[in-house]
Formats: sequence, structure tokens, C-alpha cells
Amino acid sequence: MKAIDLFLSPLSAAGRWLGAVLLVVLLLLPYWGSSYVMTVATTVFYLALVGQSWNLMLGFAGLLSIGHALFVGVGAYASAYLFSAIGLPPAIGVVPAVALAVLIGLLIGYLGFRFAIGGVYFALLTIAFAEFVRIVVDHVPWLGATEGFFLKVSAADRHGIDLANLRGAPEMYYYLIMALALGALVLCRYLLRSRLGYYWQAIRDDPEAAEALGINLLRYRMYAVAISSGMAGVAGVFYAFYQNSLFPEIVFNIERSIEATLGSIVGGVGTLFGPIFGTFILTPLGEFVTEGIDLLKHWRVIDPETKLDGLKLLVWSFIVVLIVLFKPTGLWPWVCHRLRLTRPGAEG
Amino acid sequence: MVPLLRVEGVSKSFRGLLALNDVSFDVVERGIAALIGPNGAGKTTLFNVIAGVFRPDRGAVRLGGADITGRRPDQICHAGIGRTFQLVKPFAQMTVLENVTVAALHGARSVAEAKAAARGFLELLELDTRAGQHAANLTLPDRKRLEVARALATGPRLLLLDEVMAGLRPSETDRMVATLRRLRDETGLTILLIEHVMRAVMALSERITVLHHGEKISEGAPERIVRDPAVLECYLGDQEP
Repeated sequence: MKAIDLFLSPLSAAGRWLGAVLLVVLLLLPYWGSSYVMTVATTVFYLALVGQSWNLMLGFAGLLSIGHALFVGVGAYASAYLFSAIGLPPAIGVVPAVALAVLIGLLIGYLGFRFAIGGVYFALLTIAFAEFVRIVVDHVPWLGATEGFFLKVSAADRHGIDLANLRGAPEMYYYLIMALALGALVLCRYLLRSRLGYYWQAIRDDPEAAEALGINLLRYRMYAVAISSGMAGVAGVFYAFYQNSLFPEIVFNIERSIEATLGSIVGGVGTLFGPIFGTFILTPLGEFVTEGIDLLKHWRVIDPETKLDGLKLLVWSFIVVLIVLFKPTGLWPWVCHRLRLTRPGAEG
Repeated sequence: MVPLLRVEGVSKSFRGLLALNDVSFDVVERGIAALIGPNGAGKTTLFNVIAGVFRPDRGAVRLGGADITGRRPDQICHAGIGRTFQLVKPFAQMTVLENVTVAALHGARSVAEAKAAARGFLELLELDTRAGQHAANLTLPDRKRLEVARALATGPRLLLLDEVMAGLRPSETDRMVATLRRLRDETGLTILLIEHVMRAVMALSERITVLHHGEKISEGAPERIVRDPAVLECYLGDQEP
């Protein structure tokens, strides 16, 4: 009960009502949503999980990562490989997969922090590692190399619920990723209110002052990287068994890393609910743009031969530019304030 | 009697520029000492050497007899030295209460315990009415007070104060002086301050060390220092006829 109270305490009555209604709608979504809606909703929660993981590093601890695709990809490939090679069910495989993602995160963190590579240079280091691993996987035959790594799925696998092997109906994936994303939210809320959270925010706002107050910068930054890469690794395991196909060019693409940042930037870096809120805006909007173009092509309003694949990214970029210019703290704090969703003085 | 802080022959240069040259002085336990000197004399550099930001080229820093030279700032804090920054460094996106809570967590077992302790320090520094504000929105005098509250909340044996009175009104300066004096009397805190506000220096310190061009040029009781020709010369220049 204490955990629930911790979670609800910052919300106003209006916030609690809206939250409850949203939760019910999302829980009942499989009963009226089409399979297309389900796919989009699953993607939203998946990106919300990755986004929260990224936000923990930059928003909480002040560490900019533009290589989060690496941790997701490592979790995905490791669990998929263990499943194919030795039949280890992902429910167990998640442990070594996440451990590997954390280990790589710690390696990057140690190199960065030990040699005092800060800010944008640390970000470059994360990009470099992500690209490095992409190229390595591209050339490893037992990981499928450029041809991709595939998990076997039979028609029977698409029904029922087999959580241990992550095989089942689309609804299972939806509820699972929803639980994971909301679980990450609860975890972040707990961490932010703990000693760790206080230290992280202090380091984020002023490392030198934080150090003078007795905070070991290396240690607490390493904690942030470990927890963040672990969360991303969990998302990766889900991704592998939801998609059933992994290509290094897609999984480790820097576009995935940037995608991980967008929801948080739009929703509000450093806020708890911002990454989820931002993803809920961006992903459906991107789908709307893509579908809209298809429809316009279908009606021959625009020539069907026109290549407009990048339009979704263009729209997203435009939104990010607007946000950075006019609402640099993100939309969520503003929405919270306008709709009075949080109690005065409480953080979203 | 072993002094609480002992600075022994500390030298520090930056790219060939000698910022500190063989500086030695002591601060006795429960004492209030001041470090004064013109701008660029090396006062803040010396603070940073004591606080672990810079490792001295030569010399040593001892706290209660233990050699703490070259330790990291967080280790220096654990050893019992709290410091403020001349250019204030609030955690801007955190509230005033959270700022001090971070520091109080140093000696507390839980966040709740640290928060309660932090409230006490806010009251002491007359910041309690600002507890819920973001530190970014504070006025400069309030930020200075926040620096002091934060340094105190780590529970130090020695408090290093770098120009915390600058920008305070005379009445506020007097209140800060009274607060620091009371802290020393009640908790046995030792204080070393860098200060330009002579009103505060004269009211507070029992002993003054004067730095000029990185060297110690005078040392002693306040009444003696203000009459020392060498000190007057460094502040006012040569008085040639």
C-alpha cells in the first residue's frame, strides 16, 4: 500500500480520475481495438519503456546517451540467441541478456567517467559503441550477420498465453509491455524519491557541488548507467520475441537511439511521466502521417509512385524543433499545470 | 595542541604561473580564522587545494593529524570538511529543501531523516520560507545562505566559507555572523572563511592569514593585521611621497 501511496501522492483528484479512466481504457483496448490499433499501442508502450530508460540517464543523472539502441539490441540478440541455440526460455534468458547489456553499459560508463569524458563527448562514446557493435553483429555468422536472425514461430504460437517462452496472442504482448512500461514508471518514481534519486539529480544539476557534498560521482553515475541499460535490455528481450526477426541494420541503427530520446524530449526530460506522455503523442502521430499518405496515394491525390518514406521523421523533427523552441521543459509539465493534474508543489 | 587544520608548505602552479608559494598556516579546533588578500591572491585556489579540487605540487594538508592531501572532494567531505563555492552552485532544478536534503543524506540513514535534518538547517539560515522554491529562483543572498546550509548539513568538523557575506546587507551580515558564532559555540564547529567584507572578518575571526601573490605576507590577530604595514601596502599600494 505504501508503494501505491508513493505513486499517487503527487496527483490531484483530477489527475487520479483521469489516470484511472485512461488505465481502464488501455486495459480494455484489446476488446474493441483492431489488430492495427493493438500493434500501435504495443509499440507505444515499448517505446515508452525504452524512453524511460533513456530519461533515467539524462533526465535524472545528467548523462546523455545517443546509443541506447545498443542496450536494447544486446538484450534482444542475447535472449534470441540463447533461445535458439540452447532452448533457454526468454523468461530465464532475460537474466543473462540484461546482465550483458548492463555489463556493456558499465564498460562505456567506466571508460567515460574514469577519464572524465563528459557531456557531448560521452554521448559520442555511446554512439561509437553502438556503431561498433552494429558492425560486429553484421559480421557474426551465428548471429545471422546482415541476413538477420530469425526466431521460429508456428501458427499455434499465435494463440494462448505462454509467458515463459513469450509466445501467444497479440493481447499477451500488449499486456506484458504495458505492465513493463508501468513497472518502469513505478521503479523510476521509487528511485527518484530514494537516496539514489537525490544524488543523481544533484550530479545532474552540478557535479562539482555534488562531489563537495560527499557524493562519489563515478559510483552514482555507474548506478545510473547500470539501471538504465538494464531497463533497455529488458525492452530488447521483449522486442526480440515480439518481432521474431532481428537485423543489425535496424536494431542497432542510430535512428533507434534517436527514437528513444524523442518521446522524453517532447514529454519532458527529467519528468517521470513525460517519456510515456511524449510517446503517446509521437507514435500515433507518426502512424497517422504514414497512413494519411497511403490514403492520399490510394485516392490518387498524390502520385502513388512518390517516395515519402521520410515524412514521418520530418514531422517528428518539426515537432521536436517546436518543443525545443517554445516548451523546452516538455509538454507534460505544461499539461499537468493547465489541467491541474498534480497537487501544487508536487513533481510530475 | 594539534590544530584541526594544518596547511604545510603548499605550492600550486598553473601552467608555470605560481598561484600558491609555500603557504603554511594552522586553524585551531573550535577556532574561527579568516583568509584575506587582494583579488588574485590565491585564496580560492588554497580553498580548492584543501577541499581536494586541486592536488598541490608540494606540501601537505592535514585534518586532525591525518594527511588528506590529494584526496578527492567527496573523500574530503567524508573526512569532515564542508565547503561553499564563491560562485554559488545551487542544484537549480531541485527545491531549496531538496538541495539541503542531498547534503544531509551524507549522515542520515533515510531520506525522511535527511529531510527532517535539512529543515533544521533551513531554519537556521532563515531559508525555511523558501523550502519549496526551486533553487534557480532564489536571490543571490539567498543562494549564498543555501550554500552555507548545504555545507553545514554534511555535518563537517571544519567549514570552509568562500565569500558567503558578499552581497548581503549589513544587517544580514550581522545575522550571519551571529549564526556562525553560535554554531561554533554550540556545536564545536571550526570555521575558515575567505571574506572581503571586513565588517564580518573583524567581527568573526580570531586569527587572520593574509595572502598576496600566492604568498603568506602576514598572520595574526585582527587588531594587529589591520595595522600591519605590509598588509596595508598590498591593499593600498606603495605610499611613495
